[in-house]
This record gives sequence, structure tokens and C-alpha cells, in this order.
Amino acid sequence: MSTFDAVPDLGLNWLDASGDHAEIVLSTRVRLARNLQGHAFGPRARVNDREAVLSRVRQHSDRLDSLEGATVLHMPDLDARRRTILLERRLASRELIGSADADPANGTAVVVSGRHPLNVMVNEEDHLRLQSVVSGLRLREAWSQVDRLDEELGRELPYAFHHEFGFLTSCPTNTGTGLRASVLVHLPGLVLTKEISKVLHALGQVGLTFRGLYGEGSEVVGNFFQISNQTTLGKSEEDLLDHLDQVVRKVIQHEREARQVLLRDAGSVTEDKIWRAYGLLRYARSLSFEELMNLLSGVRLGVSLKLLPELRVYTLNKLMIFTQPAHLEEAAGRDLTPSESDAHRAAFVRRILGSEGDVSPDGPESSDERPAPGA
Amino acid sequence: MDCENCGEADAVIHLTQVVNNKMSSLHLCEQCAAAKGLETEGPPAASFPLQEFLAEMGGESPAPAPAPVDEKCGFCGLTFQGFRKAGRLGCPHCYISFEGHLRALLGRIHNSTQHVGKVYLPPDPTASQLERRLEGLRGQLRRAVDAEDFERAAGLRDEIRILEAEGVT
Ligand SMILES: [Zn+2]
Ligand SMILES: [Zn+2]
Repeated sequence: MSTFDAVPDLGLNWLDASGDHAEIVLSTRVRLARNLQGHAFGPRARVNDREAVLSRVRQHSDRLDSLEGATVLHMPDLDARRRTILLERRLASRELIGSADADPANGTAVVVSGRHPLNVMVNEEDHLRLQSVVSGLRLREAWSQVDRLDEELGRELPYAFHHEFGFLTSCPTNTGTGLRASVLVHLPGLVLTKEISKVLHALGQVGLTFRGLYGEGSEVVGNFFQISNQTTLGKSEEDLLDHLDQVVRKVIQHEREARQVLLRDAGSVTEDKIWRAYGLLRYARSLSFEELMNLLSGVRLGVSLKLLPELRVYTLNKLMIFTQPAHLEEAAGRDLTPSESDAHRAAFVRRILGSEGDVSPDGPESSDERPAPGA
Repeated sequence: MDCENCGEADAVIHLTQVVNNKMSSLHLCEQCAAAKGLETEGPPAASFPLQEFLAEMGGESPAPAPAPVDEKCGFCGLTFQGFRKAGRLGCPHCYISFEGHLRALLGRIHNSTQHVGKVYLPPDPTASQLERRLEGLRGQLRRAVDAEDFERAAGLRDEIRILEAEGVT
């Protein structure tokens, strides 16, 4: 347990909203899938395959510059809540952390660099998944981080590589570069002006895919979308990244234009929605995660349009991460029922919004512990 | 409700608005949503919606191969049928065992079968691996120069010089 707490900000550095276009682009992630020669992968890997892979990674994790000060978190040694926290922080996948019915497999681990925004999932679908997550739109930075780690690791460990097919992966959709770059964007303007379907269609046409955040009833929640490259073979890493970068910049430009249209044609309605969202977040006593995400979308739009000037994007990013179920339970120090979880979520949001500055036009409020008027 | 794209099928995917489910939204049928890349398989377990959203894309099962075969990988024992079922290969050697089928499959998925990205050099390279790596680096250098990314070009040039020196000794 102590090793878990020892990890410095444990994969949260991307929250700081320091990157380009951070009010629209939450984060940029670049991931490389790699496998070692001579071992079966994924479901066909035996315990000794997985343990051999992990022990080779452990052996080198301290000596590589990119992994300086790294912590190796072996999944079977962590309790379910801690594993879920790794999932909620994007350091581990659902497959890696196991489930209530199936404990995490021996040899599954996450290595978190102590100095760089880098981590390695060990024995997921592929032996190694090297990833870098940074704030804002910074494909080049994320790539150069992960590229350097890849060079360092590849000099020590024999990767499976084929002269025609490139890096060999468990799933053929990753073969070649093994590179998946994803940019997480917030597009309320395009959704509200109904331009989003055109944009999504255009993304498909140029070989990119996107995912929304799904809640109940297949709805895309909070107007957040993840845009990624679809193919990994036949183009160089730089070409894949440049293409994604260009397209995302166009999407951002369309989003900005849509927001101007909204302000021009529906300014008072938009402003009302933003303030209502802020008011609900500020005073609600119970919030589901999905409701929180939808309200945060409105508030984020307001901050970006300078209608809610006192709030920082960093605060909004923090609210998204720390209101997830395992984070709430960790803060409470116990398991929570769904309704307790909703109450804790609302309380956390009130506390953060209270301490990060009240943007009420009627003057500052010193503490959210004081009940709201009429509450 | 009808799909706003084709106006024919029932809309099953709904993009929500900024707040309070009151402003405009987009409604699509399953087919149109899929065509736009929206996944239509049901909502995720309610407890970790964010992670579901952040989860890797990919992993769609590849298109079926032309004819059923029962070739078997000599290293991990996976049959080609087994691969078709799971969509996952069992080990690096599977790429040799099922090379022909995979070439066709990769061509369909990626529209290419030739890797043109980083060329990997194992810890103890042979002369031909060294030569291939050099070729790859020279290609990257050309692209970096074309893109006027001179910082990267300089790094690549250094790397090429080091490898060329190694090849000589
Ligand atoms: Zn339709
Ligand atoms: Zn095999």
C-alpha cells in the first residue's frame, strides 16, 4: 500500500491544463503497443510467460532515464479500490485490473515513471503498452516522450518485429507502428448548433475515429469526444501524428466558430444554461456522475467564453477525476452505496467550488459549509 | 423518433446538449451512428463511465478470412479458426504461421501491408538488421527534412552516423 501512495501525483499531471487549447482539449495521449520475442501474448500467455515479461521489465525499470524513479504496481498486490483508482486515472485498463469475478492475473502490472508523464502497462493485451498523457493538444511532446522510452526499452528487451508488418501485436488493428494517438476534446458548440454530425462524418472520411462518453441510454455524456487514428500500418509515426494534429486543429476552429454563432444567435439562452449548470453544481446535494459531467460541460463552456471568469480549467479537470466512484470511496475511507456516492460527489464539488473562488455576481461567499439561501 | 440523418430508421443514439437535456440534440439510428463511428453496443457498466469513454479504441473483430483453414501456429498452438473467433493472435510467431491470411487481412484493415515507421534493431543485431534500420532512419530523415523539422533531422543524422560506424567495425 505504501508504494501506491509513494507515486508522485500518480498520473495526474495532465490535469494542470497547461497545454495548447486546454479549454477545449483536455488531454493528448500517445500509446505504443510492443511485444517481446519468444512469449505468447494476451489470453494465450501462461503464468511463466507473464512473469518472465514482468521480471525483465522490472530489471530495467530503474536503469532507464525515461523511467527514473519508477514505481512498479503489481496488480494482484493491490486491493480492488486501488486498482480501480488506477483505471479512473487512465493508468490501467479495465482488462488489466481484473473484475469482481476474475482477480487480476499474476504478472499484470503498471509501471509509473517518477519524472516523466509516462507509464507502461505490463501484460495487458500486449506485453507492453507504453503511454504518455499530457495536458492540452501536444501530440509532439507526448510522442517524443514515448518514443524515447521505446528506444531505451527496445535496446534492452528484444521486441517482436517483422520487416514487412512492423511491430507485432496481439490484435491486427495495432500492427505496424503500434501507435494510437488520442485527443480528448470538448465540443458543446458543435453539438448545440447541430454541426457535430457533419464533423463526425468528416472524421470518418479522413480515417479517424471518435468515441463519446456514454452514460445510460447510449447518450454521449458531457459533449466530450476522443478522436484517434484508426490505422497503424503503412504510414510513419510522424505522418499519423501530423494528420491527427491537423484535423483536430480544424475541429477546434469549427468549435470556436460554433460558439460564436451560439453567442450571437442565442446568447441569453446560452448564458442562462451556463449559470444554471453552475448553480446546480454549486448547491446540489446529490449528483450522479453522468449529471456532473453534463453540468461540467456547461460550466466549462462558460469558463471558455469568459462568462464564469473566476474558475480555472484545472479545477474543472480535477472535478472530473476525483468524483469517480473509487476516488470518492478512497476519500471516504470506506465503500459507498450509490446514493451515498452521489451525496459525497455533490459535497466534494461544493467544497472545491467553494474554496476555488465563488463566482456569484452577488459577491463572494467565504465557505460552502454555510447552507445556500433557501436550502 | 426518426433518425435525423437518413430520416428512415428509429433513432437510438442521442447526443445530449450542454445542460439539463433541454437544448438541441442529435438523434441517429444505429446504422447511421455506426457509419459515423459511434458505437452502438449498449452503455457500459454504470459505475465507471469515464473510463469507458477513455478506453482504447480498436479491437473490432477483423473481417472473416476468405476460406476456413485449420493451420496451427507451431509456437503457441493457436489455430487459424481460433484466431478468427477471438480476433487476437497468440504470439509473434503467429504472424509467420498465418502470413498469407494476415497479409490479406492487414491490407483490408490498414489499406497497406508494408510498415514504413520506426525500424527496430534488436539488442544483438545482424548485419542485415542493421542495414534495414539504416534504411528506415534514412527514410525518416528525408521526411523530417521535407517537413522542415530540422531538430529531429539533426538527431536522426547523428543516429545514422553512429550506426554506420558500427556497421564498419
Ligand atoms: Zn439513419
Ligand atoms: Zn502463435
